[in-house]
Amino acid sequence: MDLLTKFIDTYPVFLKGMLLTFEITIVSIFIAIFIGLFFAFLKISNIKILEWIADLYIFLVRGTPLVVQIFIFYFGLTAFNISDFLAVVLGLAFHNGAYIAEIFRGAIQSIDHGQMEAGRSLGMTIGLTMRRIILPQASRRALPPLGNQFIIALKDSSLASFIGMYELFNVATTHGSLKYDYMSYLLIVAVYYLILVLFFSIIVRMIEKKMSSSD
Amino acid sequence: MNNGIMINVEKLNKTFGDLHVLKDIDMTVKQSEVVCLIGASGSGKSTLLRCINFLELKDSGLVMIGGEKIEKETHDLNEVRAKVGMVFQHFNLFPHKTVLENVMEAPIYVKKCPKEEAKMEARALLKKVGLSDKEDVYPSKLSGGQKQRVAIARALAMKPEIMLFDEPTSALDPELVGEVLATMKELAEEGMTMVVVTHEMGFAREVADWAVYMHEGRIVEVGHPEQLFSNPKEERTKNFLDSVL
Ligand SMILES: Nc1ncnc2c1ncn2[C@@H]1O[C@H](COP(=O)(O)OP(=O)(O)OP(=O)(O)O)[C@@H](O)[C@H]1O
Ligand SMILES: [Mg+2]
Repeated sequence: MDLLTKFIDTYPVFLKGMLLTFEITIVSIFIAIFIGLFFAFLKISNIKILEWIADLYIFLVRGTPLVVQIFIFYFGLTAFNISDFLAVVLGLAFHNGAYIAEIFRGAIQSIDHGQMEAGRSLGMTIGLTMRRIILPQASRRALPPLGNQFIIALKDSSLASFIGMYELFNVATTHGSLKYDYMSYLLIVAVYYLILVLFFSIIVRMIEKKMSSSD
Repeated sequence: MNNGIMINVEKLNKTFGDLHVLKDIDMTVKQSEVVCLIGASGSGKSTLLRCINFLELKDSGLVMIGGEKIEKETHDLNEVRAKVGMVFQHFNLFPHKTVLENVMEAPIYVKKCPKEEAKMEARALLKKVGLSDKEDVYPSKLSGGQKQRVAIARALAMKPEIMLFDEPTSALDPELVGEVLATMKELAEEGMTMVVVTHEMGFAREVADWAVYMHEGRIVEVGHPEQLFSNPKEERTKNFLDSVL
């Protein structure tokens, strides 16, 4: 039996898996952006204790395997009647938040100090200048590395299969073991991932183009 | 009420760590006066300007704006800054906003001015600085001189009582200096109170009421520009002028 017929035979269940992969990625990245922004602000706050808190968080995320983090969130949260989906999403958000915090911090600090000065010299508060002047420029600069992080998060979401989420990778390995044919279904799932990554890349490229109108 | 005194600085001191940058500065600027500040790099000219609009906070001394003693405990410094415009050496325009949006930003978000009104006033200001045809352009498309004129319009949009200029022409190609100085001169003629850090002696001679020479954080000499530049009383002023002219 060739790969194509296997692909056609299984596409409804793979599409379902793809949808779940997509949902896990989108929701976790969405939350991770807020976590990232929050810790980025702690890091640039110039208040030692807040910087330490952010450093500790980043150290914890970087210093432990993602799969361990996901399991800790899974066992830690489902004990409180939190759904598997939410536990996985929060685990991934916790993980990506650290990388996104560093992306935002770098982007904010790369904006010329004169921008803050100019805003404040016009009577704008630090907060208003941050919101109206610094962040719009910083997000534009953060977009390429953020897009990169989206794609990493998308691929990392495959680890949700370890706690039984029926997302793309789990669909593939389940089929593989049922049919004693891992190779075919792994090749098929690779195609689905490539499609998703391509989709994300195009979206990011479109946003980048739209935002670069002032250059 | 304020006897026409717009800026009054008394015994102003400012340090950065161990570095004593401003030492017992006394300075009084009356309404509609134009003052030029000169001095070597690192003498504290920028820091003095920044203390006058509270981008830097003094260590000790007194800063009065429009006859009112300003303290961070009793005043909203953002409101004070809104009344004291500042123009920077490197323009610091907002690159993600068009020329018109640059000028409208603070009136809309600080003064809560209605958008249409802000737009009309911004257009009038751009006309005044001769850039009506550039309102929808982004700053990256402007020459240095045009950028600086937009920056002046942006500061004027807050209707400041005082304008501070920190080396407004020293980042410009020589052929673009004139247009910015002309705009500043016009502003001076309209009666704006101005403090200008500049080494444009021609401008100082023509426009300034008096000039100040700063050296290592102190005001060494104050005088009419013509006298200060041609016939300085202090040896240090003379040495400095010899080195820059
Ligand atoms: N935020 C700061 N932190 C530490 N030191 C500073 C700070 N701002 C200025 N200084 C120092 O204070 C001194 C005076 O600086 P200032 O910028 O006021 O000089 P200036 O007269 O404007 O010089 P220039 O002609 O180079 O602009 C310099 O030695 C400078 O390094
Ligand atoms: Mg300076």
